[in-house]
Amino acid sequence: MTVALEARNIRKQYPGVTAVDGASFSVCEGICFGLLGPNGAGKTTTVEIIEGVTPATSGEVLYYGEPAGARFRQEAGIQFQNTALQDFITVRETIEMFRALYTRKADFDDIVQQCSLGDLLDRDNRKLSGGQRQRLLLAVALVNKPRLIFLDEPTTGLDPQARRNFWDLVQNIRAGGATILLTTHYMDEAQVLCDEIAIMDAGKIITQGSPEQLLRARYEGLIIELPISDLTNGLSGIEHTVYEKLGIIEVVTTDVSQSLQQLRPHVSNLNQIKIRQPNLEDLFLDLTGHSLRA
Amino acid sequence: MLRRIYAIFQARNREFLRDRAALSWNLILPIALMFGLSFAFGNDRDAYTVGVLQQGTEINQDVHPFLKTKFIHFVAYQDFDLATLKVSRHQIDLLVEFAETPRYWINPESPKGYFAELALLQSTSSGETNIAKQEATGDAVGYADWLLPGILGMNMMFSSLFGVGYVVVRYRKNGFLKRLRATPLTSFEFIAAQVLSRLVLILLITTFIYTGTHLILGTRMEGSYFTLFLVALVGAASLVSLGLVVSARVTSEELAGGLLNLINWPMMMLSGVWFSLEGAPDVVRSIANIFPLTHVLNAARAVMLDGATLIDVGPSLLALTAMSAVFFAVGAKVFRWGQY
Repeated sequence: MTVALEARNIRKQYPGVTAVDGASFSVCEGICFGLLGPNGAGKTTTVEIIEGVTPATSGEVLYYGEPAGARFRQEAGIQFQNTALQDFITVRETIEMFRALYTRKADFDDIVQQCSLGDLLDRDNRKLSGGQRQRLLLAVALVNKPRLIFLDEPTTGLDPQARRNFWDLVQNIRAGGATILLTTHYMDEAQVLCDEIAIMDAGKIITQGSPEQLLRARYEGLIIELPISDLTNGLSGIEHTVYEKLGIIEVVTTDVSQSLQQLRPHVSNLNQIKIRQPNLEDLFLDLTGHSLRA
Repeated sequence: MLRRIYAIFQARNREFLRDRAALSWNLILPIALMFGLSFAFGNDRDAYTVGVLQQGTEINQDVHPFLKTKFIHFVAYQDFDLATLKVSRHQIDLLVEFAETPRYWINPESPKGYFAELALLQSTSSGETNIAKQEATGDAVGYADWLLPGILGMNMMFSSLFGVGYVVVRYRKNGFLKRLRATPLTSFEFIAAQVLSRLVLILLITTFIYTGTHLILGTRMEGSYFTLFLVALVGAASLVSLGLVVSARVTSEELAGGLLNLINWPMMMLSGVWFSLEGAPDVVRSIANIFPLTHVLNAARAVMLDGATLIDVGPSLLALTAMSAVFFAVGAKVFRWGQY
């Protein structure tokens, strides 16, 4: 597959702090690539260096094999984590203004329809709800019919319904052939949207691959969950990998029946036991070694 | 490039024109000041001012006893035409020259000139009664005539410095500049759009205020409107560009406010907004000359009160053009989109 974007050994050093410590990864054309990490991991700085809005201390960013430059600016669409828009300007005027900045333009009506902004076109930017605002910021990121789209924590602060609406939008964009680089600390979001992920912590990429591939490599089988408080004695005799997190014991097993039999003598209340597939959150917590930070 | 500049220019204009509170403040404050001050101080000035025609700027009080008279402010003039014009316009109450043949000039219509003349004659010894009297006639320049350029200039200064300086810092702080940086827009295009937007708005507002006060108060206009417009255009360009220099890198609105006030206040006090710098120490007048507002006000007053032509105000226009170019170049050179 064609590599749309490649980050090579990016470093960002602030006085006394290394925000990004040699991050390298590549993003193939047409996929949704998730850059995951806890708050402060360096993912926003990494993405802003790639976007060209923050200078790197060292490293290189290639767009279709060439240093990111004028072509990249024309073809990339960006939705920042926090972007203020001009006051007293309507949704229509905001989209039109950003659209005028590009040679390459998407059809105005298509953008409006895609982001469901038809009823909001004459509304002042200041009077938009959180979800409406995110849809407008996405529309602004789409004004140049981008081949590569950056979405930096786009659903932070949205209610569950707005988040799911936003996911639908992102899936439609990907279906249109654009490459997406998504940063998020919502593991469910990454699981639903991303074809490939990289997990970042302390400024470094600690793993990269498709979610299925990474989960398969880390966990064999299913996870049995039970509260620690329901254990009557220790877990001696349990032959599987056991994790302890936030008052929960997780037993990773390929043979659920056998594991449940082994657990029965150790557990006072079997009603609290849950059996589930391992997910990205498990992987994330195992790899980063700490809980999700709000 | 022009399309991108126009897009940003148009958006900034809309943002400003729809902010009714800010727009009203820009229009109402100068008009209220103009009317209030004209009403309060329009009838009289609170001291006698007498011009002394001589070589040099230092007035030697020992030359004549009149120069020791209390409550009279003596101002040295080297230019005879300028000094007599001031007498004819009631801008000074009397002009004296203590040369070989002592002379004085008075506007017979000036009430204060009458009393200043009495003081002069009383202080003159009986042996010198041959001090020659000459008349310089003309209509008085009212306080409103003199004040209007100052108020317009002050409003232009605030609008330029804060309208660009503060806004760009706010854009930088809230991330709007970062968003623009991620587009093909160049820093030059962004800066040019900001300068043009503010320039057009300032000229519209200034024209509105000038027309209103001119029609209602009947202020004096001796020169050409075109020349006055050029003064306003180049003056606003220099002040807007100065605002750009302040905002080029600053990331805090508080710091920007402090820096802008650091520039505003000396300009407001020393550029001749409220009172003339005639008779002020040389060092003060030299400092005043580094401020763009001084050149704006000198040129505007020369056009409005003395009927100065484009050639007459040429040096001021050149100084303002040079300042605009330097400020814009420095602002564009040191400009940063973000806070890194």
